[in-house]
Amino acid sequence: MADHDNYYHAPDLARFGEVGKGSPELWKAFNAWYGAVFAEGALTAREKALIALAVSHAVQCPYCIDAYTTASLEHGSNEEQMTEAVHVAAAIRGGASLVHGVQMRNHLDRLGM
Amino acid sequence: MAVMPTLQKQRHPLAGGAAQRHRLASVPTDRTFEQALASSGLWPLRPTGLEVLQINVGKKCNQTCHHCHVDAGPDRTEMMSDSVVDACLGVLAAHPFPTLDITGGAPEIHPAFQRIVETATGLGRHVIDRCNLTITRLPNYRYLPGFLAKHRVEVVASLPYFQSKQTDAQRGDGVFDESIAALQEFNALGYGQPGTGLVLNLVTNPVGAFLPPAQAAAEREWKERLDRSYGIVFNQLFTITNMPISRFLEHLDHKEQTESYLTRLVQAYNPVAAGGVMCRAMVSVGWDGVLYDCDFNQQLDLPVDPRVPRTIFEFERSSLTGRDIAVGPHCFGCTAGAGSSCGGSLGG
Repeated sequence: MADHDNYYHAPDLARFGEVGKGSPELWKAFNAWYGAVFAEGALTAREKALIALAVSHAVQCPYCIDAYTTASLEHGSNEEQMTEAVHVAAAIRGGASLVHGVQMRNHLDRLGM
Repeated sequence: MAVMPTLQKQRHPLAGGAAQRHRLASVPTDRTFEQALASSGLWPLRPTGLEVLQINVGKKCNQTCHHCHVDAGPDRTEMMSDSVVDACLGVLAAHPFPTLDITGGAPEIHPAFQRIVETATGLGRHVIDRCNLTITRLPNYRYLPGFLAKHRVEVVASLPYFQSKQTDAQRGDGVFDESIAALQEFNALGYGQPGTGLVLNLVTNPVGAFLPPAQAAAEREWKERLDRSYGIVFNQLFTITNMPISRFLEHLDHKEQTESYLTRLVQAYNPVAAGGVMCRAMVSVGWDGVLYDCDFNQQLDLPVDPRVPRTIFEFERSSLTGRDIAVGPHCFGCTAGAGSSCGGSLGG
């Protein structure tokens, strides 16, 4: 049942397909592309699930975090490996903030004597 | 080793098979298992043969694993009587079952375990012992590895993970270390070693409410990890899906995951796996001699087709091969993803 009072309602993940109602052709294309992206390739499906788990944290998508926690477990990853993947995402986010310190320093140079 | 009371000992509402079936039937799903089978042209589900005689000799076990579909434990007393054991061995002698699969509980606890193994191997049958490993470390059962090797019994050993944290979480504190010691002893006797013919297979169930990983990839990782860390070798890894019955159902209810887990199983229905489910090639005997399509149906008190003889004492091969196999929502556990059976994934 739709919940209009809360954002990020967990059962809404199962309703993801309803997004396709507005544009079935785009939804179909998205699904085909998505399936191909996560298929076994130069990277294993397990590695891709761990990348997806890390990215889910970086973009802070609770639906994706639930989905790729399950997917990572079902591809044989364990808690330690998944936690390390989350740290990679967190480190990049932290580093991405920190590296802007160079921008700050550049501006400090411009303003300072 | 920490041991918790069984559901039966707790007088838990889910201790009985009928209560579990009622709970599963209360979960709304997109379709029934019968409808799923029908969509694959498999309804009613019929046997393809009778290859395996599986006997559950009793519910007593030295462990109380969180996922156990038998609700086995030290406090269980149900054990196969001598007359049922004799009837099973009589059926084995009279009918061409290539394989006798002995399970429990810890089947080795049964007083007739040695006699069953000796008789079946004497008949030239392949014998499988579903072993929890830690039983072989107990003083009264230290003879087991040598005995099993002498009779060339295939050992199918439970080990949920190659690390202690996950293993002990599912099977009890200290189980991992004892299991590793047991595996090393089996290896020293030649089990799992190339060229010996002594088969040591491992069984892993997910430590939680998710599907098992792909069997072949997991086997490669397990072999590398167990060899590197402990010098352990084995033949095959069997990945088995946790069946949403008995103690695992209680666990799912406790975590409020029953609906989502069953939905996951239903959504992952695989028609190829459905065609290869183990119940199509086996008959399962309960401790009291009642016949079932599989060990899961046995724990749910769901006997064979009422139109065929219902106990081992009235065994009739021709009617059993023509029976309709009893199914329910729990059967989605055997058909999800790559499929699941006592011999691991069904490769679908």
